Amino acid sequence: MASSGDTSPVVLVEKLRLSANGRPLVELERWEIPAGERVAIVGPSGSGKTTFLQTLAGLRLADEGRVVVCGRDLARMSEAQRDVFRGRHIGFVHQTLHLVRSLSVLDNLRLAAFVVGNRVADQRLLHLLASVGLEDRANSSTIDLSHGEAQRVAIARALVNEPRLVLADEPTSALDDGNARAILELLLKVAADRGAALVVATHDSRLIGSFDRRLALGVER
Amino acid sequence: MSLTRLCLAYLRIRLGTTLLNVTLIGLGVAILTSILLIGSQLRDRVQREIRGIDLVVGAKGSPLQLILSTVFHLDVPTGNVSAGEVAFLRNHPLVARAIPIALGDSAWGYRIVGTEPELLEERGVSIAAGRLWQAPMEAVLGAEVARSTGLEVGARFVGSHGLAGGIAHAEHPYVVVGVAARTGTIVDRLILTSLEGVWHVHAPRTTASHDGEQGDITALLVRYRTPLAAVQLPRLVNARPTLIAAVPAFEAARLLNIVGLGLEVLRFLGGVLLAIAAVAILVALTNALSERRADLALMRTLGATRGLLIRALLLEAVLLTTSGLALGLLLAHLSLEVLVLVLPEARASGLSGLVLAPGEIWLVPALLALAIAAAAIPAVRLYRANLVRILAQR
Repeated sequence: MASSGDTSPVVLVEKLRLSANGRPLVELERWEIPAGERVAIVGPSGSGKTTFLQTLAGLRLADEGRVVVCGRDLARMSEAQRDVFRGRHIGFVHQTLHLVRSLSVLDNLRLAAFVVGNRVADQRLLHLLASVGLEDRANSSTIDLSHGEAQRVAIARALVNEPRLVLADEPTSALDDGNARAILELLLKVAADRGAALVVATHDSRLIGSFDRRLALGVER
Repeated sequence: MSLTRLCLAYLRIRLGTTLLNVTLIGLGVAILTSILLIGSQLRDRVQREIRGIDLVVGAKGSPLQLILSTVFHLDVPTGNVSAGEVAFLRNHPLVARAIPIALGDSAWGYRIVGTEPELLEERGVSIAAGRLWQAPMEAVLGAEVARSTGLEVGARFVGSHGLAGGIAHAEHPYVVVGVAARTGTIVDRLILTSLEGVWHVHAPRTTASHDGEQGDITALLVRYRTPLAAVQLPRLVNARPTLIAAVPAFEAARLLNIVGLGLEVLRFLGGVLLAIAAVAILVALTNALSERRADLALMRTLGATRGLLIRALLLEAVLLTTSGLALGLLLAHLSLEVLVLVLPEARASGLSGLVLAPGEIWLVPALLALAIAAAAIPAVRLYRANLVRILAQR
């Protein structure tokens, strides 16, 4: 992993080709994200936003080309190595897939550290919960949370292992205007506080202005 | 956070199914453990009772009945052996020792056995209080007889004919002169006296005399002088018109086979229960996997490897089975101990729930293998699960 003074990009994509069911989705000659940059991936449904994010996260491999995250070529790792690498260096926030229901709020945060073998003090996890405004819900059952609260916990959990890259897939699409704005501001703030690069896939035009730049996929490109 | 904590959280959220599976396993284990406990203690007990007795010679009849009546004191005797036959056998060069026993009466359901002090020596029985009998109508009580009747040295009692509620021999009271130390064998449940005492009580019905003349006995407990006797002596005895020879080791094996058939049926039942439990675990884990597809996908995005998730699944199966195992072991030992406390027969037979049966330890690896076998199919499904497809469905 790069040091804090490292100017190498957090994400470097070269000659990338992604397709689904034989249909080309994404083609990028060269694309990179420096540390701390905030990028919106925009495009209509089916344009490949989720596929692209999953490729950056190493959840799937590119059909062609190279994806380098924090200096590591994802295709050159085994699946298990990619899993652990993702857990340690990439935070992922899903649209609706938030929390493990059988665990408490705090345990959901502990889980993120546990699965990659990190030891994180509860105090830091509580601090993370405080940063998303949920310090008093640490021991609550996740079943009792509203959709917006669950999304906040998911954001806090994405930051548990101090990732250099945070990916969010349509994090606000299921929220009303007020909550959508609040969640996005939260994502931008917590990523900026930690110097992490942020990539958010969205087709929500309300939010585009908050990003440093955007990458359009599909017809809007 | 730990894998165990994660698995426990999953088991807790499906508490009803978890309890059902643990109960199923527990019942299967309890049945198997009870069989192991009772079977092994029964075998030990039988072996203890026949130790030192190579051959039992009695009146013609069933050899098993002869052993049951004269070694285990559970059945009626086959008949009487004349003094002449006794003398013939005791003097035979193939016989190292032949201890006579004479049966016929009982008191409070405990058998009165006329014999010689050699029997106590042979069975390693010591006197805890008082002394050995020295004259007819003096008796030594087995430890359980003394405990249950409350009789002490100096007390008098009368026997009655047969094993239960026969004619009382009120005119021939016995006097307690000693109490034997507890042995954990049938001796604890016997009233021992001299042969002369038994002959004295039954004088009108036997050929016994009051003047030291030898009377009939019920059986002779024989120890061979040489291994060759094992071949020759039974044949020689069986050739005599009024006698039969029964080999305790052989008859005990027959007895255990008869009892063993019942135990086999129970063992099969226990096995069926465990098989049902295994299927129940398989179904529970398969359902759990379907319910947790989202969680599993989420954990993969958090960095969990397939290996970690499969370990979690196996651990869940192991937690279920070990809980069932613990419940089953507890049930089996506790219920046997309660049985021993409640039923005097169980106590008298020397059963105990506070010991480990020899094969019991093998239940642990067997159950773990069962858990892994039950988790195998869900684990393969989990390994083959397509993460991207699951995420696409959310």
